[in-house]
Amino acid sequence: MEPIIIEGTPKTPTVRFDANEGIFLLEGRSIPENSVEFYKPLVDWLDNYKDNPLQKTVVEIKLEYFNTSSSKCILDVFKKFEVIHKAKNEVAVKWFYEEDDEDMLEAGEDYESIIRIPFEMIEIVE
Amino acid sequence: MSFGVENFFNRLQTDDVIFSYKGDISSDIINYVLDSVEKKTEEVNDPSKTRKKVYNVLVESLQNLYHHVAVVPDDFEDQSSSRFGLIVICRNDKGYLITAGNFISTDKIDELEKKIVKINNSSPQEIKELYKHILHHQEISEKGGGGLGLVDIARKTGNKLEYEFIEYSEKFSFFTLKIKIDSIEVLK
Repeated sequence: MEPIIIEGTPKTPTVRFDANEGIFLLEGRSIPENSVEFYKPLVDWLDNYKDNPLQKTVVEIKLEYFNTSSSKCILDVFKKFEVIHKAKNEVAVKWFYEEDDEDMLEAGEDYESIIRIPFEMIEIVE
Repeated sequence: MSFGVENFFNRLQTDDVIFSYKGDISSDIINYVLDSVEKKTEEVNDPSKTRKKVYNVLVESLQNLYHHVAVVPDDFEDQSSSRFGLIVICRNDKGYLITAGNFISTDKIDELEKKIVKINNSSPQEIKELYKHILHHQEISEKGGGGLGLVDIARKTGNKLEYEFIEYSEKFSFFTLKIKIDSIEVLK
């Protein structure tokens, strides 16, 4: 499967979904006005990936900011990974947050309570 | 005398203003406001926790304007703005105050006010649950977060949303929202 690699901008995150390398990464800021437009290709890609996933998929989320319009799209991304997990494949989410950023930690906990995938909360200490 | 946006905006220009803007709210303008304010909050060396809250709240306030403003009234002085809004940011030793303003058509007031009253009558725990409920169950619209913006602002700041609907004409009112972000010292 062709990987998705998108360079980050001040308003959109760096994306790397690469089944060959086993990398599933969202990093940076996600604050576009139209997040559906940005996330749709990712959700579509995962729709294909779910038919033939790796034995173990590790998702790394390293977001500094995200807006409420992205929050729903990020949930849609997680829902795709949840389907893979339900089909008896190993899936884990590593949710990174900067030291003292309780808001970002809580945001991770929100997803953890909605999505049935194991989450690991990792504090980035400078 | 009817309500004047110019006067209202001028009265907001106090000594502690660090940024203010009124006019068209485009995607580029949002970038410009965010950039300018981010630089200011770095210059004054606020703790990163405060800076992040201000940034987050500002994103939601600006994108609320972007997605939800009414068309400007026919007799309004600035007809060049398709999305007219204003934003004023003050900073003092207690924290930040963000004021956002935009036109709203009179028939939309009830719905918005109900939303705000519901948020203001909720405890922090209830607001957290409300956020999760909307996130999980509500379809996202082309316009954005399906009403999550105000809930998110209330959740991140822990403060009540102060608001006012000022009558402009029969068809329009001017909606203002004041958002307080306490400095970390006050939070402690």
